[in-house]
Amino acid sequence: MTAATSGDLLDLVDKVVGWAGAGEQIEAVAVRGTDTEIRVYDGEIESLSSAQSQGVGIRVVHDGRQGFAYAATFEPTILAEALAEARDNATFATVDEFQLLAEPDGVPVPELDLYRASLTTCPTDRKIDLALELERAVVALDPRIVGFESTDYADTRFEGAIASTTGIRNAGAETSAFLSTYVMAGHHDETRTGFGFSVGREPADLDPERAAADAVSRATRLLGAAKPPSERLTVVLDPWVTAQFLGIIGSILDGESVLKGRSLFADRLGEVVASPLLTLIDDPTDPRAFTATDTDGEGLACRRNVLLEDGVLRQYLHNAYTARRAGTVSTGSAVRGSFKGLPGVGVQAVSLLPGTATQAELIASVPNGVLVQDVAGLHSGVNPVSGDFSTGADGLRIRHGEVAEPLAEFTLGSTLQRMLLDVSAVGADLEWLPMSASGVSLVIHDVTVSGT
Amino acid sequence: MIEDATLTKVLGRAMATGAEFAEVFAEDKRSSSAHLDDGKVEELSSGRDRGAGIRVVAGDTTGYAHTADITESGLLAAAEAAAAAARGGGGGARVVALGARHDADRGYRYEILPEDVAKATKVELLVKANDVARSSGSAITQVSASYADSRKRILVANSDGLLATDDSVRTLFSVSCVASADTGMQTGRQSIGHTMGFELFDRYDVEELAREAAERAITKLLARPAPSGQMPVVIGSGGGGVLFHEACGHGLEADLIAKGASVFKGRVGELVASPMVTLVDDGTMAREWGCFGIDDEGNAAQRNVLIQDGVLTDYMWDYLRARKEGRSSSGNGRRQSYQHLPMVRMTNTYLLASDGDPDDIIASTDHGVFVKHLGGGQVNTATGDFVFGMTEAYLIENGEITEPLREGNLIGNGPEVLQLIDAVGDDFAMGPPGTCGKDGQGVPVGDGVPTLRVSSLTIGGTAA
Repeated sequence: MTAATSGDLLDLVDKVVGWAGAGEQIEAVAVRGTDTEIRVYDGEIESLSSAQSQGVGIRVVHDGRQGFAYAATFEPTILAEALAEARDNATFATVDEFQLLAEPDGVPVPELDLYRASLTTCPTDRKIDLALELERAVVALDPRIVGFESTDYADTRFEGAIASTTGIRNAGAETSAFLSTYVMAGHHDETRTGFGFSVGREPADLDPERAAADAVSRATRLLGAAKPPSERLTVVLDPWVTAQFLGIIGSILDGESVLKGRSLFADRLGEVVASPLLTLIDDPTDPRAFTATDTDGEGLACRRNVLLEDGVLRQYLHNAYTARRAGTVSTGSAVRGSFKGLPGVGVQAVSLLPGTATQAELIASVPNGVLVQDVAGLHSGVNPVSGDFSTGADGLRIRHGEVAEPLAEFTLGSTLQRMLLDVSAVGADLEWLPMSASGVSLVIHDVTVSGT
Repeated sequence: MIEDATLTKVLGRAMATGAEFAEVFAEDKRSSSAHLDDGKVEELSSGRDRGAGIRVVAGDTTGYAHTADITESGLLAAAEAAAAAARGGGGGARVVALGARHDADRGYRYEILPEDVAKATKVELLVKANDVARSSGSAITQVSASYADSRKRILVANSDGLLATDDSVRTLFSVSCVASADTGMQTGRQSIGHTMGFELFDRYDVEELAREAAERAITKLLARPAPSGQMPVVIGSGGGGVLFHEACGHGLEADLIAKGASVFKGRVGELVASPMVTLVDDGTMAREWGCFGIDDEGNAAQRNVLIQDGVLTDYMWDYLRARKEGRSSSGNGRRQSYQHLPMVRMTNTYLLASDGDPDDIIASTDHGVFVKHLGGGQVNTATGDFVFGMTEAYLIENGEITEPLREGNLIGNGPEVLQLIDAVGDDFAMGPPGTCGKDGQGVPVGDGVPTLRVSSLTIGGTAA
């Protein structure tokens, strides 16, 4: 983020921090977002929404007790009310000697180029055209496309500032643009769906043709899908699926889960917990990541953290509180869902070090297996504390090293512990995705497919 | 929140470019929460959200703008932005005459408003739940407990003259436990939530809730891997209607029907389920998590029968979809906040009880799975394929509930599963509070089921 763009937000957080009383720590976060959302359907604009939203989150720490309040406005009287609430809330917390705000740690804030002025100057008509182009491209690609669930263009210009009585003081701005479509392919009575998307920092980064091709391919290649028999076999995860899997693995490696006895990997630093093929890195300073950011949710500089190295557990992620409690330093991994909550700790832009094989080469190495195109219900079927893993899936049968008939309405079952150890190949096809993880194709053996 | 004269002016401005419909949705929400974890009261949080969203419909296009500035000038600016977004022709100004303001009648009162309860009293509940959960067994190694309340006042005014308000108070409490043994760690969670004030805790005992959460975690320490493959599944009373929410609820939302993105399109009047199935969506269900006085488009909550004795009777509707079909909304137009466009959403969705004896349903199941508590779920409405999780489940062997099972998902196809329901019990109960996500918006929903059996579902475990 660049400090020049959000001067008024810095003034605002400075003002709130200036209200601190004796012996009191205050942290204030102010954000402002300008969003455009366009949905098209059948060649017309279905809805167009444009709005600005803003808010301030205030954390107070006094004598080892923390309290929080937010207000979705910049109105001074309401902010004063929020501060009073945060102060009052702090008096009910349990005293915790480790409960103090983050202190500046001297790590320089990386210069990331995440803001494009063109986003705000780009005419709305151009943004509408991108969504319409995407819809037209889908229709032109395949006569089996029978409809759309949605085709959307969305962009955000986000500005934020954070300041605290401990001397944290940062501000900046970033932009993002997103194009996506969910399509339906049909044949006789059967319908299959597929999605495609393109992300970037500005409209010019977006590629409607690519998004259309992905969506059409995903939907049409599932036509004729059947439920497979239940058996244990090798799966090849598409990068999109791997990224979702990595998000769950990340949640086992955060310092809070470890300290509170909710992590499978507590007390295992230095041990082999995964296949030697796996090196897992959380690096929000890589500007290619959709979730790249220069500072974390507490205003400390983001940094590159190696979590797994050749299958060995190297470190956990920490924010200021978990680090202090664990007797170490913050890894710059405080994550804040929004200004409406306190920062937690977690991955920000996690990825695997890619291998050398293409997805086709990986498939060629599998005599009998399944290429998993998509998963559903990870939130209900995966328990990161116990490690139980079960998810709905669809994809294609792999037979003698080649993709064969489509499969749907089955589940994949294993445990997170086993899956990490059972990885037998990592693809070279690193993809940056609109989430806090990137993906590569991943081959995992001994996964249970449940169908008929 | 906003004067009638201002609303009239704002709606007039929103219609100035010739739109057919304009609406102001304003909200003022105060929320508070408290969280205990690792034996400590970690955080109390308070929030204030206030703003308005303005919707303008011209032809098939909806324009939307929202603002946190609810002064007249702020609202007029948003009205202009929404009108520009809707791109109406140049129709000229239109005068909007608002009807009398109608405050929604919920048929019950909130007894103890959250703002009238001392924070210390809320914190005491957390401490009590923590103490009870930890003393429920030496295997309990971690406990967290959460309290949350909110009071949301809304106002809806539109160019048809509607002017209505509502006041929703919700209170939620949950306990999560971790149990540890040589077999690893397991989790147990329980929650209660109702559209009411602090009287929630006169009706429900947080100590009992904490004990249940702890017992669930401890029970699973001895659980074996869930089976893999198809078998009969019995769902316990009140275990969660998420099965119906996913198997057909979403597929009966008129916005998805209109786009052909539902396997239930064109099937009204047909037998779509076992004749034992009568499914209702009911926003009027007093005090339930998904109830309200008016929906987020100003229509009074309704009780709608979706499936009667297996026959599909109707879809769920919001303003936009109902208008296209020349019918009235079914009171299912909901939104997460003033920052979001309304769309068709469920409220409290439940299966009516029949006359089956729950014990007989288990006893007549030779080999299968008994799911006592369901977790979340997900559906692809266009294909009908859906999944839902089981957070507490047991094996049924020779008609008896035997060993506990580890967690996992179940997968099925909505229209097929509805036909495979072959037993429905007489023991209806509502399940725990839920949040339904659609298109990035979350809204509170309720669900309920009596004991029921599906003759074949795929269990996503790992055991042969």
